[in-house]
Amino acid sequence: MNNILNYIWLVPLFPLIGFLINGLGRNYLSKTMVSIIGCGVLLASFVVSFYFFTGIKDGNHATVNLFDFIYTGTLNIPFELQVDALSSLFLLIITGVGFLIHLYSTAYMKEESSAHFARYFSYLNLFVFSMLLLVLGGNYVIMFIGWEGVGLCSYLLIGYWFKNTEYNNAAKKAFIFNRIGDLGFLLAVFWMIQQFGSVSFAEVFSKAEGTNVAVLTGITLLLFAGATGKSAQIPLYTWLPDAMAGPTPVSALIHAATMVTAGIYMIARSNVLYTLAPVSQSVVAIVGLATAILAATIAIKQNDIKKVLAYSTVSQLGYMFLGLGVGAYTGAVFHVMTHAFFKALLFLGAGSVIHAMHHEQDIRKMGGLKNKLPITHITFLLGCIAIAGIPPFSGFFSKDEILAAAYEHNKVLWVIGVIGAMMTAFYMFRLYATTFLGKFRGTDDQEHHLHESPVAMTIPLIVLAILSVVGGLIGIPKVFAENAHSLEQFLSPIFAQSATLAETHPLNHLTEYLLMAVSVGLTLIAIIYAVNRYSKKPELQDAEGFGKVLADKWYVDELYNAIISKPLKSISIFFNNIIEKSGIDGFVNGIGAGVQYTSRQLRLLQSGQVGSYILLMVLGTIILFVIQLFL
Amino acid sequence: MLALLLILIPLVTGIAAFFIRNEKTVKSWSLLSVILTLGISFIAIYHSDAYHTNFSKEWLPDLGSSFSLGMDAMGKMLVLLTAFAFPIIFIATSNSTYKEANQFYGLMLFSQAGLLGVFLSTDLLLFYFFWELALVPAYFLCSKWGGEKRIAVTFKFFIYTFLGSLIMLIGILYLYMLNPEKSFAMQSIYKMQLNNRAQDILFWMFFLAFAIKMPVFPFHTWQPDTYEQSPTATTMVLSGVMVKMGLFAVVRWLLPVFPHAAKGFDNIVIGLSVVGMVYASCIAIVQDDLKRLVAYSSIAHIGLMCAALFAGNNNSVQGVMIQMFNHGINIIGLWIGVELIERQFGTRKMSELGGIAQKAPALAILLVIVALANVALPLTNAFVGEFLMFSGLYQFNIWYTVVAGISIILAAIYTLNMIQKVFYGNTNSLTEGAKDINWNEKLVLGFVVILIFALGVFPKPLIELTQDSVNTLVSAFK
Repeated sequence: MNNILNYIWLVPLFPLIGFLINGLGRNYLSKTMVSIIGCGVLLASFVVSFYFFTGIKDGNHATVNLFDFIYTGTLNIPFELQVDALSSLFLLIITGVGFLIHLYSTAYMKEESSAHFARYFSYLNLFVFSMLLLVLGGNYVIMFIGWEGVGLCSYLLIGYWFKNTEYNNAAKKAFIFNRIGDLGFLLAVFWMIQQFGSVSFAEVFSKAEGTNVAVLTGITLLLFAGATGKSAQIPLYTWLPDAMAGPTPVSALIHAATMVTAGIYMIARSNVLYTLAPVSQSVVAIVGLATAILAATIAIKQNDIKKVLAYSTVSQLGYMFLGLGVGAYTGAVFHVMTHAFFKALLFLGAGSVIHAMHHEQDIRKMGGLKNKLPITHITFLLGCIAIAGIPPFSGFFSKDEILAAAYEHNKVLWVIGVIGAMMTAFYMFRLYATTFLGKFRGTDDQEHHLHESPVAMTIPLIVLAILSVVGGLIGIPKVFAENAHSLEQFLSPIFAQSATLAETHPLNHLTEYLLMAVSVGLTLIAIIYAVNRYSKKPELQDAEGFGKVLADKWYVDELYNAIISKPLKSISIFFNNIIEKSGIDGFVNGIGAGVQYTSRQLRLLQSGQVGSYILLMVLGTIILFVIQLFL
Repeated sequence: MLALLLILIPLVTGIAAFFIRNEKTVKSWSLLSVILTLGISFIAIYHSDAYHTNFSKEWLPDLGSSFSLGMDAMGKMLVLLTAFAFPIIFIATSNSTYKEANQFYGLMLFSQAGLLGVFLSTDLLLFYFFWELALVPAYFLCSKWGGEKRIAVTFKFFIYTFLGSLIMLIGILYLYMLNPEKSFAMQSIYKMQLNNRAQDILFWMFFLAFAIKMPVFPFHTWQPDTYEQSPTATTMVLSGVMVKMGLFAVVRWLLPVFPHAAKGFDNIVIGLSVVGMVYASCIAIVQDDLKRLVAYSSIAHIGLMCAALFAGNNNSVQGVMIQMFNHGINIIGLWIGVELIERQFGTRKMSELGGIAQKAPALAILLVIVALANVALPLTNAFVGEFLMFSGLYQFNIWYTVVAGISIILAAIYTLNMIQKVFYGNTNSLTEGAKDINWNEKLVLGFVVILIFALGVFPKPLIELTQDSVNTLVSAFK
């Protein structure tokens, strides 16, 4: 089996080829050809990934050394790929969900001219390539290549409609915020090089035990700083809602299902380091939970269908970090997977609505779409139930696993987590009710043109809806059945070292049932309240009072602008105008003027430039003798 | 023998160029010359044993100076860069017209001869001779063919570099006086056991010249002005190749001859370099002129190379070696883009441009790639060098790396601003009728882009080429 795994490079190779063909041939290929190539390479990648996935059993894994990348006398960083349970699971999510979104895009983007259509698909393929490299990298540097690569693709796709300055600004913001995080990631890598002399996972993790805890805490906190950028956590989350400027399928793929989960993947991959650094774990848990709550409060008052989903994504990512922080690594990865299903579904559903509404995104102008878009409606509703966490939908199992672990860790975390879960149910069903229930509030013209989306868009919705419903069954908790958590068994080799390092105190069954009952009960109340309220009387006015603070996102953007952007600009102008021009240049020009003046005087004595040159030489020689004399 | 040929070809063809009156002929002549040099440089690197490359002949025997040339690992890399750069520059600027083109190309070729001489000479006085031979043509090129403010700017450039050169010359003579063998030969000077005090003084006499040439903050203000005012072909030579003279000289002369002083002053040099990185990056953010933006960006990049050299460990020095080459390629790529934009629209002001990506997608794509290489995105060539340099600097001192790391973020800010203002958004009356680049231009920029990816994915050839110099330098530093 191992030699089959040596062909793992095939998985990222397909999308790379797709990128090159669509990118270079953008002026020559028809839209149909572009669609076939763009989707075909993803399908090929998915099939191959599935084949490898079935080969991963009993801790089977492989590291493939492709070629020498960076090396010096004291450091060796090969271009290596590593495939094991964790990466093979991510391969399936990326290529599987990725394929569905590519398929959906063929219909969603069909109004674009063929050159731009090809550009779109080449970016999308390049993104998948980078994401696959990120999860297949066998060391932190290869992972970083993918890490920055997905950031670049995100930038290119947010700014896909590049005539629009606002979109360009959003794209730029995304890249810069990611870069801030990336600096943390890089510093962590440099520290590892200094500490372990290597960046390969196997070597770093085996040397981690016995390393000074302070060092490990530093490294893991810096890595986490990288994760807050890529996975949109406090304090770097503000780029993600702005990133909704990109085409909706992009939001589904990059800004919900895959790229933003890179931080979770990275920490799950580095679980050994985090388990050995409890302080970092606590920081991860607290930041994650705080982000989950903060984003949820903002989501309650948003009226742009994509903005609600964006803040919901930030919030759900927060839950995943909470899971990582309390040591529920499997739970976090589980939530990545179920979230990929239902959040991709919700975004694609939103895309279908926006498509039908002719690019209207304000839910106040929607309403009553239930009968006009039946498939979109049903699938969207299933997505909402899944994210709210009603059993037996997928979101229930993964969220429950995280919350149970949080309870074990600290009951306060659980209480806040459940409040957040209630808020999730509330804003999702506010969104659902305002959009699909009640009366249509748009223009007559819009109503006239309302239509269900084409098959290429509804098929991905249906497939994702099915996955959102049943996807949780691979992780059934012990209280329901022994040994039914197949995901945990599958991933156990990855987290084995952490499991032996950390003690766990499993909850007794009664407590666990009780916790589930409380959280599901409160969630149901929130759902019923939201549906009841917003189907009858949607919020049509702008929010006032505290609601306005939430609608304006706690003014965090304004704060960053005031304490970072503006001072940076002022400092730059100060450097340019005062220090550079008046200071240094003034000084140099002073010398210049002095020399000119002197040479004008000297010219009176001598007879031109040659003479003054000689004089200077003589002076130089004299200085030389003086130095010689005094040394 | 090959080393001598490398210097003689541009020198002789340069003299000949002065007598060719026809502009087209002199362009072809010069291109032929630099391609020949490129070919010879390949042969020289392939047959790099002493028999093929070393050359020595009596020059000024009374002074203890000889005309000796040799080629070590770093020399090979820089010869290759110089040999690559000139054909790219000549092809990329082949549509520019110059009054008295014969003199222009003659001086450009002299400059190449000087550069190759600097990288090849193994005699200190000879080195100084070539150092000036490379610089003097640059003064003339800027003052005769430059922009409106060329006279004032050339004067500033002259003051700066002349001051540096003069003090270095005094240092060279002083070093010679201290040498018991009374020789300028490299091997003889390397053997000298200088006392600490002499090292400290001589260090600054040499370093000032090198610091101005690189340039390192605060000796840099000649550079943005000179880059802005020089004809673009000259700017490419100055920024792509000539700034490497300063770094090269540090490796070839400063660190081996004054190791004690270099260690003693490492914090000052690295501190200045790191401050300069952030300082120049900040200034780049508020530039409107494309040439000035690239100039400040380059100061930041060179600052990192200087800091990494003085950090003096395997990773940092290997990073410098790789980055010297890649920085040359990338910045020439950027200048080609600036040149293409200026020639088409008559302006370099970003505020007057916009929307070019709609009209000229090929230009936009290629230049965006070069710009991304400028911010050291992984899998572009600049990442390899910058990663190693930062990593080595981290081993030297964490906090320098943290401060220098801020420039990574700032680089993203000014580069993306530039991309946005020039290429994205809507077209205006100026860019409305923009035309895409022709095949010739695509080919040159395409070649730069291929180098960017090839050396970014597979840097091994560059590492192998320069590894020996890294080992020598690092062991000397210990």
